[in-house]
Amino acid sequence: MSRPSVVVGVDVGGTFTDLFFCDEASGRLGTRKVTSTHGDQSIGFLDGIVAGGHPFATLAAIVHGTTVGTNALLERKGARTGLITTAGFADVLEMRRRDRRQTWGLWGEFVPVVPRDLRLEVAERTLSDGSIRTPVDPQEVKRVATVLRERGADSVAIVFINAYANAANECAALAALREVWPNQHVSASCEILPEIREFERASTTALNAYLQPVVASYLAVLDGRLKERGSEGQLLIVQSNGGVMPVDIAARLPVRTALSGPAAGVMAAAHIAGSAGFLNIITGDMGGTSFDVALIAGGRSVLAAQTTIDFGLVVRTPMIEITTIGAGGGSIAGMDRGGLLRVGPKSAGSDPGPACYGKGAEPTVTDANLVLGRINAERPIGGKLSRLDVAAARRAIDARVGTPLGLDTFAAAEAILRVANSHMAGAIRLVSIERGHDPKRFSLMPFGGAGGLHAGALIKAVGLASALLPRYPGVTSALGCVIADMRHDFVHTVNRPLDALDVEGLQRVIGEAARDGRGLLERSGVTLEGIGTYVELDMSYIGQTHTVAVSLPDDGPLTSQAIQAAFEAAYRQTFGRLLENVPMRVLTLRIAVIGRRPKLDLRRLRPEGGSVVEAQTGEREVWFEGRPWLARIFDRLSLPVGAEIVGPAILEQPDATTVVDPDLVARVDGFGNVILGRKP
Amino acid sequence: MIDAVTLAVLKGRLEQIADEMDATLFRTAFNPIIAEAHDASHGLYDAETGDTLVQGKSGLPIFVGVMAFAVRATIAKAGRGTLVDGDVFIFNDPYDGGTHLSDFKLVRPYFHDGRVFCWLASVGHWHDVGGNVPGNYNPVASESYQEGVHIPPVKLVDAGRLNDDIVEILSCNSRQPTSLYGDLNGQVNALDLGAKRLGELIAEYGAETIATAFAELRAMAARLMRAHIRDLPDGTYSAEDFLDNDGIADRPLRIALDLTVTGDRLTMDFSRSAAPCAGPVNIARSTAIASCYVALKHVFRDVPANAGCLEPVDFVIPEPSILAARAPKPVGGYTETILRVIDVVFQALAHAAPDRVNGCAYGTINALSLAGHRRDGRRWVMFSFFGGGLGGNPEGDGLNHGNAPISTATIPPLEILEAAYPVMFTHWALRPDSGGPGRHRGGLGAVYELELLEEQADIFLFGERGRFAPPGVVGGRPGALNRFTYPEGSALKSPPMASKMVGLSITRGQRLRLETPGGGGYGDPRQRPAEAVRRDLRLGYLTPEAAKRDYGTDGNGS
Repeated sequence: MSRPSVVVGVDVGGTFTDLFFCDEASGRLGTRKVTSTHGDQSIGFLDGIVAGGHPFATLAAIVHGTTVGTNALLERKGARTGLITTAGFADVLEMRRRDRRQTWGLWGEFVPVVPRDLRLEVAERTLSDGSIRTPVDPQEVKRVATVLRERGADSVAIVFINAYANAANECAALAALREVWPNQHVSASCEILPEIREFERASTTALNAYLQPVVASYLAVLDGRLKERGSEGQLLIVQSNGGVMPVDIAARLPVRTALSGPAAGVMAAAHIAGSAGFLNIITGDMGGTSFDVALIAGGRSVLAAQTTIDFGLVVRTPMIEITTIGAGGGSIAGMDRGGLLRVGPKSAGSDPGPACYGKGAEPTVTDANLVLGRINAERPIGGKLSRLDVAAARRAIDARVGTPLGLDTFAAAEAILRVANSHMAGAIRLVSIERGHDPKRFSLMPFGGAGGLHAGALIKAVGLASALLPRYPGVTSALGCVIADMRHDFVHTVNRPLDALDVEGLQRVIGEAARDGRGLLERSGVTLEGIGTYVELDMSYIGQTHTVAVSLPDDGPLTSQAIQAAFEAAYRQTFGRLLENVPMRVLTLRIAVIGRRPKLDLRRLRPEGGSVVEAQTGEREVWFEGRPWLARIFDRLSLPVGAEIVGPAILEQPDATTVVDPDLVARVDGFGNVILGRKP
Repeated sequence: MIDAVTLAVLKGRLEQIADEMDATLFRTAFNPIIAEAHDASHGLYDAETGDTLVQGKSGLPIFVGVMAFAVRATIAKAGRGTLVDGDVFIFNDPYDGGTHLSDFKLVRPYFHDGRVFCWLASVGHWHDVGGNVPGNYNPVASESYQEGVHIPPVKLVDAGRLNDDIVEILSCNSRQPTSLYGDLNGQVNALDLGAKRLGELIAEYGAETIATAFAELRAMAARLMRAHIRDLPDGTYSAEDFLDNDGIADRPLRIALDLTVTGDRLTMDFSRSAAPCAGPVNIARSTAIASCYVALKHVFRDVPANAGCLEPVDFVIPEPSILAARAPKPVGGYTETILRVIDVVFQALAHAAPDRVNGCAYGTINALSLAGHRRDGRRWVMFSFFGGGLGGNPEGDGLNHGNAPISTATIPPLEILEAAYPVMFTHWALRPDSGGPGRHRGGLGAVYELELLEEQADIFLFGERGRFAPPGVVGGRPGALNRFTYPEGSALKSPPMASKMVGLSITRGQRLRLETPGGGGYGDPRQRPAEAVRRDLRLGYLTPEAAKRDYGTDGNGS
């Protein structure tokens, strides 16, 4: 048998599991979409691979964007977690940085992920210069561990004051803890985030511990099942910064997966849009339960050094900046007590699912799209159902929205869409207009199965230039998994004045990290185009507490003069003027070893031949603005390059539907993307 | 006219400019009060009146109100000389420009087509500006000359050229000249950036459109504020509260408000408040108005932050009084007085709109400074503010360990403080039983304890609420009092002025302990669900003794 050559990207969402296959030997590409399985996501995951038709033995790598961690954080469904701290500091996690929810208004509580009765202290103390004032007593650590177990903790974190300066006490406590803790779910701050600032370190470490049992057990089951089925390919996990890491590291550092799924989508969007010549893009990932928005300006996604998942839940690892609201195809519509029509954030998910799935009685956005003729009842997305129940959707809309509002079914369905669209438009405004970006210069790139149903309404509501619908919008995040680069990050606290810096020692550390990272990449068995090492120092003038990131040149020997020159260039670039006669300090060394994955030539996705006439599959009645229109229906994937479809029209494909409103026109570009714009 | 979408875009772009100026200063400042605690602010101001046009979202709320007065003072000064593009004025006069001497205001005209289009301003709290006490919170100052160096509005930058002489004058008046130089540079950078960004915006949209947007945003704020006032029942609502003392004479000082609602106008009458006092808890009239603005914005959150907010509000503030002091009455402790002004606004509004207000927050910033010399002779000054509980409110319990209503300042990480100064914290924890009892309890205050690692240090504390605890509203009860203790011999002592202290010296190994107030409660404590009391007991927010006393239960059914 030939060498395994198939790389599969798998994105598990709340409703569907999307897959993108790339056979690196034959160049063949493929996509699949199956229903997500709640409780055990790995079942849907494996179903999808089977459905793709590639035997498990042909898999070279399985790259996974997961929302297991994200959901556990948002829904507060992580493990019961204990925290062991330096005596006197158990409340740091709850005291935060003495902030509040918003500038204006003094209301709002904070509930930490580790409650106060699971935060225990031990006598130990390291000073800021790294000297140990009180050594830790391993027996005491074991004693408090026993108490935490008795109180039901399944996972545990250790955060000691000044552990960034010297981790000896934390390491000793960690060793003692591992002797008595009955599982692997142990996180120490020196391993998760060896950086100064106790709250940010404590929060990131505690959240890692909170996620560990949930994420690690999921990944272990998944990895085991893949192997059982005969896969020898590496299981890789997308990190929140868009890079990819091996499964064993993800199980140990689950906090890095907090935005794994959405990050993969943004990586793909940047690549697809950039290839098509669009540099300013707002991505809108609409799935069954949520709508994730991110901004790409000038071809680059915005990376944030830390993210606040919710008030007081701070994760300090680099992440793609993504805004999420609870609006998706499964969002439930209904009247609130004040007589106002509400849509979401509650979702019917995939079980019971929208009313048209035949199980639930509550109307959803999908039901509204169905009764208005925008979704084809005979060709449901996902493949598990053979047809959708239009009568059930009508009944649900009439009962919960139409009758209370005195509207007929169509008017009620349009009202549901109007409310849902205005929520999504609000999220788009938040990342664009409210941050000073002019929407006229941006295009919307909707993906997820439902994005194309709403793209036209959204570009009109926000005033965006156009919408770009990738050829396979339903599997964009899965495509992102396939093209994402492998990435290993190393952090090392230096905390020395530049004039007292051991440059040779620094160079040694960089060399070792680069070697380690390269080793990890080479052992991964994944095809790489090349490996790059990127070295950054966080530096400041002595006296400042914030740092600037200084990229070190990768050629020539490292000298303190070269470091100073690089710092001054970065400082001038960021702030304008340098300070005279003020010495400098190096706080942290960061090394990223990146294995570049071959970038898919997206032209391979373009349609060959075909004609508009042949692509038309029929006509049907579709409602817009209170009346039915006769819309032409096309098989989207059969439309040739250069095709122009004037609305009203519906473009159908197995994993997504695109609506071309009566005042819009759709054009197929050279990559098979559809560009949706206003009629001239 | 300007369409609604363009207006929304411009509102975002303009706020972004101010936010970016804030961020630049936070990241370049040397002293942690700006860099970590964000005690700074930036905005755009009207060319003629100095009125606030746009304010950033990340700066200190109290500055939002006072900056307009600072720009006005600069306009008055500039009117007496020549003004050219690239000028930057600097000053810290607290009577014209508001707040106290530590807050240095840098004000720059923005020119378009040869005339002033608007002003850009930056204010930041510097680490040390001379005076009797390192860090400038001198609790016994009787004249502002004892609080620090005074600088009237003067040109720091003349047509783009930095006047080094002024930098030298400032530097030699500070115990922390490097920190001062770094902060000053950061503020100049922030103004440069603001001017650049505004230029880009004008190039894109045209000056006329931007000017129209300024006017529209102001009108929108005034409209919204009027609508909120109209919702309140007409009538006069009164409240009074007290400062512990002025640091010199141990007598309580009354802050009283009679708030009258008439249709869509509000009158805030402070006539029954105390006369000017000898010590440093006086404030200037501009500061008093700014603190009312902060209180109203906390209650009516959706009103945009600009001068339109105060259009429907009339102020009656007797002059002179503790709320309208004149030079050289000391004003260094202005933070304590404005917190009390905000507290009486909440208490008075509680009578008019009980479902829109919260119990009072901890109500003191506890400015603590430690100063000494290191073994190599270098001088060090550690200066920081501490947190406490926020008030219970209609939605739930108050936040544990929040920041003061006048501020969005975060506390510096203790690891940053330990890395910068010879101290070791021994305690950084929530303070049980400190939240004011109520149906919704006040948030907990904190306990901070630290040990000196060098030979000797002088200690200064400027705090309040040592005698008058943060009140609750709508039947809620007060939070715990502020408490500061230090060693004397083998005993622990508290300052005679409760929370104000000068001339205390401690030596290596000795510890200082600060226990801060919790917030006031909201609603009758007897209505607090038993389950909430049991949870507080389990988590140790409440001791069994306090539960018995405040809620009539110890959690075990007795």
